[in-house]
Amino acid sequence: MAINLTIDNQPVSVEAGSTVLEAARESGVIIPTLCHMDGVSSPGSCRVCLVEIEGARTLQPACVTEAADGMKVKTNSKQARKARKLSVELMLANHPWDCNACVRNQDCELQSLAQSMGIEEVRFPYAKETNPADKSTPALVRDMDKCILCRRCIGVCQDVQGVGTLAPRSRGFETTVGVGAGDYLEEAICVQCGQCSAVCPVGAIYEQESIDQVWEALDDPEKHVVVQTAPAIRAALGECFDLEPGTRVTGRMVTALRRLGFDKVFDTNFTADLTIIEEGHEFLTRLKKALVDQDQSVKLPMFTSCSPGWINYMEYFYPQLLDNLSSCKSPQQMFGALAKTYYAQQQGVEAKDVVVVSIMPCTAKKYEAGREEMNDSGYQDVDYVLTTRELGRMINQAGIDFVNLPDSEQDSPLGISSGAADIFANTGGVMEAALRTVYEVVTGRPLPMDKLHVTPIHGLEGLKEAVLPLENCLEEWSFLEGVEAKVAVAHGLDNARKVCDMVASGEAEYHFIEIMCCPGGCIGGGGQPRLTTDEVRKARIGAIYTEDEGRPVRKSHENPAVTQIYKDFLGEPLGHKSHELLHTHYRPKGETPAETKG
Amino acid sequence: MAQPRMYVMIPIDADTALIGGREVKSRFSSEIARHGLSDEVAVMETGSFGPSNQGVLAAVQPDGVVYGNLTPEKAAEIVREHLVKGRVCGRFFLPGEYPPTVKEAMQERPRGEAGRIVLDNCGRINPESIEEYIAADGYEALGRAVSEMTPEQVLEEVKQSGLRGRGGAGFPTGVKWGFCAPCKAERKFVICNADEGEPGTFKDRLIMEGDPHKVIEGMALCAYAISASEGFVYIRGEYKLSISRMRQAIDEARRLGLLGKNIFGSDFNFDLEIKIGAGAYICGEETALLESMEGKRGVPRMKPPFPAEKGYLGYPTNVNNVETLAAVPAIIRCGAAWFKGMGTESTPGTKVYTIIGHVQRPGLIEVSAGVTLREIINEYADGMSEGKFKMAQLGGTAGDVLGTEMLDVPMDYDAMQKVGHVLGSGAILIMNQSVGIGEFLDCCMQFFLHESCGNCNPCRNGLKVLKDITGRFKQGKAYAGDIELMEEVSMTMKSAAFCPLGQSPAAPLMSALRYFRPELEAAIDPTMERPRTQRVRLELAELMV
Repeated sequence: MAINLTIDNQPVSVEAGSTVLEAARESGVIIPTLCHMDGVSSPGSCRVCLVEIEGARTLQPACVTEAADGMKVKTNSKQARKARKLSVELMLANHPWDCNACVRNQDCELQSLAQSMGIEEVRFPYAKETNPADKSTPALVRDMDKCILCRRCIGVCQDVQGVGTLAPRSRGFETTVGVGAGDYLEEAICVQCGQCSAVCPVGAIYEQESIDQVWEALDDPEKHVVVQTAPAIRAALGECFDLEPGTRVTGRMVTALRRLGFDKVFDTNFTADLTIIEEGHEFLTRLKKALVDQDQSVKLPMFTSCSPGWINYMEYFYPQLLDNLSSCKSPQQMFGALAKTYYAQQQGVEAKDVVVVSIMPCTAKKYEAGREEMNDSGYQDVDYVLTTRELGRMINQAGIDFVNLPDSEQDSPLGISSGAADIFANTGGVMEAALRTVYEVVTGRPLPMDKLHVTPIHGLEGLKEAVLPLENCLEEWSFLEGVEAKVAVAHGLDNARKVCDMVASGEAEYHFIEIMCCPGGCIGGGGQPRLTTDEVRKARIGAIYTEDEGRPVRKSHENPAVTQIYKDFLGEPLGHKSHELLHTHYRPKGETPAETKG
Repeated sequence: MAQPRMYVMIPIDADTALIGGREVKSRFSSEIARHGLSDEVAVMETGSFGPSNQGVLAAVQPDGVVYGNLTPEKAAEIVREHLVKGRVCGRFFLPGEYPPTVKEAMQERPRGEAGRIVLDNCGRINPESIEEYIAADGYEALGRAVSEMTPEQVLEEVKQSGLRGRGGAGFPTGVKWGFCAPCKAERKFVICNADEGEPGTFKDRLIMEGDPHKVIEGMALCAYAISASEGFVYIRGEYKLSISRMRQAIDEARRLGLLGKNIFGSDFNFDLEIKIGAGAYICGEETALLESMEGKRGVPRMKPPFPAEKGYLGYPTNVNNVETLAAVPAIIRCGAAWFKGMGTESTPGTKVYTIIGHVQRPGLIEVSAGVTLREIINEYADGMSEGKFKMAQLGGTAGDVLGTEMLDVPMDYDAMQKVGHVLGSGAILIMNQSVGIGEFLDCCMQFFLHESCGNCNPCRNGLKVLKDITGRFKQGKAYAGDIELMEEVSMTMKSAAFCPLGQSPAAPLMSALRYFRPELEAAIDPTMERPRTQRVRLELAELMV
């Protein structure tokens, strides 16, 4: 049903249930917002979007006020303008004025608000207590002095991720965003997904930077520095340079990395393909053990294990399902282990001199790189992890004109990959990549879908499923004849929780489940350029599928570099060497991560 | 025991319990026993008489004598002299002529005559005895409602009575019930807001301590009118005695089937529970109260949806103040017309006030709505205790400051509004010339700053600014322009803050400016220069768009 109202005397018609903000957008009126994030949180607390509504006693926040038939809204009345301006001025008063030395300088929503409101002086003194930033975790920095209490981080942590690490603490002027019951993030149950850092409008939550360490490694002539880039980077990095979301920048990214001085520019995509081979065979082996050998100890459904935030989540919240988790390391960690063994040998450099840098859309990857399980090369497999945002900053620091760079290609062999690896970037992608290989291994025929896409598991629906009948199987897999493979895909941890509950209670009848920690998958990761809205997610996902479809090779098992590495080094999938370097086993987390470490 | 010929009634409320009320009571009992009078004189615990600065009180009935500032020794003497020998102990009388409040409490009045409605049992019956409440016409209204009236008739009667919410906002109670009544839902709730947190207000506490069954009966009537079957009393945690008396009263009512299933043999079911608040002022705001009840952080909710539609656990919920609910049984028992015969046209009935500050007799009174401030000070509070009247604050810290010009305005919701003020919850703080306006406002802002929930930005940050300014007024070191800044910030908060807490600081500040601007101007120190605040780095922000 449509309702009619006027905004600044302009008639507008919107669907019933729309907010005043939505109606204003519809009629081309821009109302500033801060605490509001479409679909994430709308506490109505920053009061930056106040408007005057005829008949209302006080000003109303446009973001949460429902539009009503006949409503007369004034967004620019004197009272509304004054109130919005004072709201921002009050926020600025208790925000440190060290903008020039802030990680968010020129990328700060508070700064732009101040500018758009014409605030030229703040008349009130800074009165907040100051505290040092919390740098206790490998992934995130929390500088609460800069927090303006918009509570977006609380919204994502509690409602989107369902983790609930962040919650308001104390009252009134002393209110802060607290972490669990303690003072430091490392003491709290936090999966380090960094979604909080991705929604923070100011410089209060951001990634632990490793830019300086990477510069140092690049400057050291003794070091052989290689870089891997996660599939999701190529669809988002351009946003750091004001390119439209969804702009594919793979070639420019490779050129930029070379100009930064990396000795080799490789691709996490290579180990994503490898993951499909290992994980696909692991899945088939589990099916065989369960169906043919009737082995009760084999756990199905099998969960994917690429997403470190998801691993942390499972260790904290569903330790009883850890045996359902694929034993494959994530592509980042497979890469690190191979770079310091296979590649080092091939290149004739000592493993100790190889420095592996990852560019990840993720903050949890920083935590993952430091995990005790991740030293199978004899060294820490991955040395430094940079988020997409950090890479953007590094490129700016180096004075590289990213937008106008020429394209170039990744180095061989760890830079060669298939389209199946590209789609690891988004929700549904790992599962589709796995099905492209598994189906072909079992039946000898390619996946019978248009453009090899499993469309039921595409899109931003939180929980998706697909059924794949296995028919005319090859003889080796004849026990799967007539089996309907049931797969599920979830992204965002609150959706993961729902799947885990179904699996734990036994009501889920799936064989294989893909989980990505962040909404939309890695393209919506905690380390991606801000601000990731659903529109942005869709644009990035679109870019990834285009990338995939443009590839000559679109299935992991057809990646020649993968075939080569089995021949030269690994032997066979799930073989001895794979087991040593590419697989691991996760343990339940204790009360705190510190305990597990000890 | 035979029917006693005399009663010694000792009000035990939170205050008198602390200063030895129970010791006085047990000394009375033991002395009466020692003199062999146990069959003739009964010692009884009761609710507050009203005065709050006269120590432990005791009334000897039917003589109508009230003693004050009692100790166990004085109790022994009163037994020896008054009860045994019949000689009234004049030196323990309360000084001066006793204010009408207690006289009224002590008098049997024919039903229907203006007098106490809400407090009529306080100081007359034992609050821990449901039988005494019933003997004082208690639960008659409920019985009549469920057996002779339809829910619609009960609702209509309350609407007709013109009763207005006594929590401070003065919203017509019947209209509020009328929002909730038509909402269809699996569950529906009646909540009694007993999170009395407005500084200087303690009427709800004394009502619950003195006559808990009246609150229960009022809630049951509300539940019947709006077809709810579950209720909660949300009592602030510091109100220990209120909690225990309400709890005891609920148990008793359940025992007699006045709560539970098929009340009075009808198909009306209603039961209630107590929820204890943790002391946040904001939880007295009805939506924050609901959040708190659900076990969440006590912050207000966005309205709409209003609680009547989506309240506790998302079900239709009606929230009323203690005093409001306590007025309902009398309305149903005696009729809307009777109720409207008291008070003023816009505010029928009576109003309970708590008077504090520089008056002879601070305490609790219930008077016809429309009595003036001057009457309250002179007749009910026995005049100023020292100095000359300077100002009053009505309705607690969130209320307006009134100067001498307002002494003769009838205190009802509309008359106050006409002169630009709000009647509020019933707290009356009287101040003499010794109180500086800057000092007073600073105190108010300190309270708000402490109690702001921190949820919305204008309240959280604005109060810090206001507190700074009033701090300067208090010290006589205000900057030029501070009055204007105070006006701008508080008036913007009034329109911009999320809930009434953040909208309220403007009330004391702006009303103080109305009457005491010269005093505030005098607090500006021309030698003080406002420190230049840092300029925002706009040149950089401009680059980013």
